[in-house]
Amino acid sequence: MKRLLDIEFHKFRYSKSSKTLTIIYLVIVVLLMLTGMIRISFNQFSGSLSDLGIFNFPLIWHITTYFTSYLKIFIAIVLVSLTASEYSNRTIKQNLIDGLSKKELILSKFYLALTLAVLTTLIVFIASLILGLIYSDFNEFSIIFSQMGYLGAFFLAHLIFFCFCLFAGILIKRSAFALGFVFVWYIFEGILNIIARLVDGFYDTSIYDWLLHILPLNAMSNLIKQPFTKIDLVESTLNQISIAEIDLQYDIEWLDILSVCIWSALFIYWSYVLLKRRDL
Amino acid sequence: METILEINQLHKNYGTLTAVDHISFKIKKGHVYGILGPNGSGKSTTLGMVLNVVNPTSGGYKWFEGTTSNHDALKRIGAIIERPNFYPSMSAIQNLELVCKIKNIDTSKIEEKLTLVELLSRKHSPFKTYSLGMKQRLAIASALLNDPEILILDEPTNGLDPQGIRQIRDIIQKIAANGTTILLASHLLDEVEKVCTDVVVLRLGKMLYSGPVDEMNRNHGSIFIDATDREALHHFLKDKAYAGTITTNDDGLEVKLYEEVNNAQINKEAFENGIVLSKLFHKKQSLEDQFIELTNQN
Repeated sequence: MKRLLDIEFHKFRYSKSSKTLTIIYLVIVVLLMLTGMIRISFNQFSGSLSDLGIFNFPLIWHITTYFTSYLKIFIAIVLVSLTASEYSNRTIKQNLIDGLSKKELILSKFYLALTLAVLTTLIVFIASLILGLIYSDFNEFSIIFSQMGYLGAFFLAHLIFFCFCLFAGILIKRSAFALGFVFVWYIFEGILNIIARLVDGFYDTSIYDWLLHILPLNAMSNLIKQPFTKIDLVESTLNQISIAEIDLQYDIEWLDILSVCIWSALFIYWSYVLLKRRDL
Repeated sequence: METILEINQLHKNYGTLTAVDHISFKIKKGHVYGILGPNGSGKSTTLGMVLNVVNPTSGGYKWFEGTTSNHDALKRIGAIIERPNFYPSMSAIQNLELVCKIKNIDTSKIEEKLTLVELLSRKHSPFKTYSLGMKQRLAIASALLNDPEILILDEPTNGLDPQGIRQIRDIIQKIAANGTTILLASHLLDEVEKVCTDVVVLRLGKMLYSGPVDEMNRNHGSIFIDATDREALHHFLKDKAYAGTITTNDDGLEVKLYEEVNNAQINKEAFENGIVLSKLFHKKQSLEDQFIELTNQN
């Protein structure tokens, strides 16, 4: 494993796009940390974002993982272009000729995806911890480290997305088209969701609820649910206009975790099968 | 002698097209092999299959008498296929370091191999800034990093200018002189003729010949002979043991030879039989003629 990671990071280190996008990612994470100072005025409330209580432990875990989740597209672009450019530069062929087996090749890519998922989780963990320590109203140890499940979900959401991108890169072989494929698939799931909702409306079925868990990107985004209504200010506003009766779920569901793990494994397995069957 | 590669009834179809048609041959240690064939004869596909990047339709191959797994065997081989494939933004050094990591060897040989292919002065430039000749030389350096037991080169001089071709050939000859087994695929005859001891000839995926270069065609060339009395000359020649088919041309007779002949002896015997020769010379068949002859059969 160490050797494969070493090989993969050698490629990662000397690729221009990966450098640029990783820097962009880090810059955005740092900028996000500075948002605590932004002053806003909303509904007779005036103060900085931190006064909203969004940086309070343990809510901060939910908030930061939810928002930084959207940034995974930057890392995903790196992964897709690294994988697809192996095809366009034919280095994948040379790697195999030099003595890497097809299994090792896919594994090394998977290890890279795994490591990047771990690293991003770690960065967000540290960033949130620092933010929380600065702004949080509660600093008891037990409160700080409660509801850490969101970080686990964050990690899994990244892992499945990276595996999906890796598969797209291997399947399509051209980085621009592979990214297009990821985007088209995202829209495809969206359309399925709309259709399912319509059908549910007509026939009193619950297809949509199932699709939310079964489709890969659905399950991925369903892992960490929106945290807005948890924010004190929004919550009280909602109470004022009395729609708080709606039962809002924030928990990470086991079904999503299972679904995401299965999809990640499938994407890796399919990448391997594709590579094995193909003549390079 | 140790067998490095044994190919057994290897076959590859691309849809309805047969690219390689049941090929079998062996590669022994210490020889320099050429795979010779016109473009599209299946050379690269054959190499692709033994290098684990093309899946055979049927048949098989064994590296090092089947003692190691395929990808471990490939770590003991140096191979470049078609055109040099490297990471464009990495420098020569960085690219070679990666190859070392894949082959699981240390990086101590990089400088030495770069010196061999005369790229040391450009070792820190990104690969994409290299000329084709430099890229090809880097590929050779990369293939040599592990001091391979066999070096496989596929059309190494393709697309190079005469100077580049010369450089690559000099390098190949240097490597061959060290006793490294080489397998060289080419459609260029003189290339194969200059460096190879053994040759496999392919045409349309079929193997036409496999064996030493000098035995590629068992005939010994022909003699061109003429005399004022052609009838008598024809009569005189047709019973000789060395004479094969005799064709009458405008400018004399062409006799295919079955064995080595001595021109002086023929001249003497003809004179003793009352035939005065007006022309006699021996023409050895060039490899090119043999190649064309082989590939034109059937």
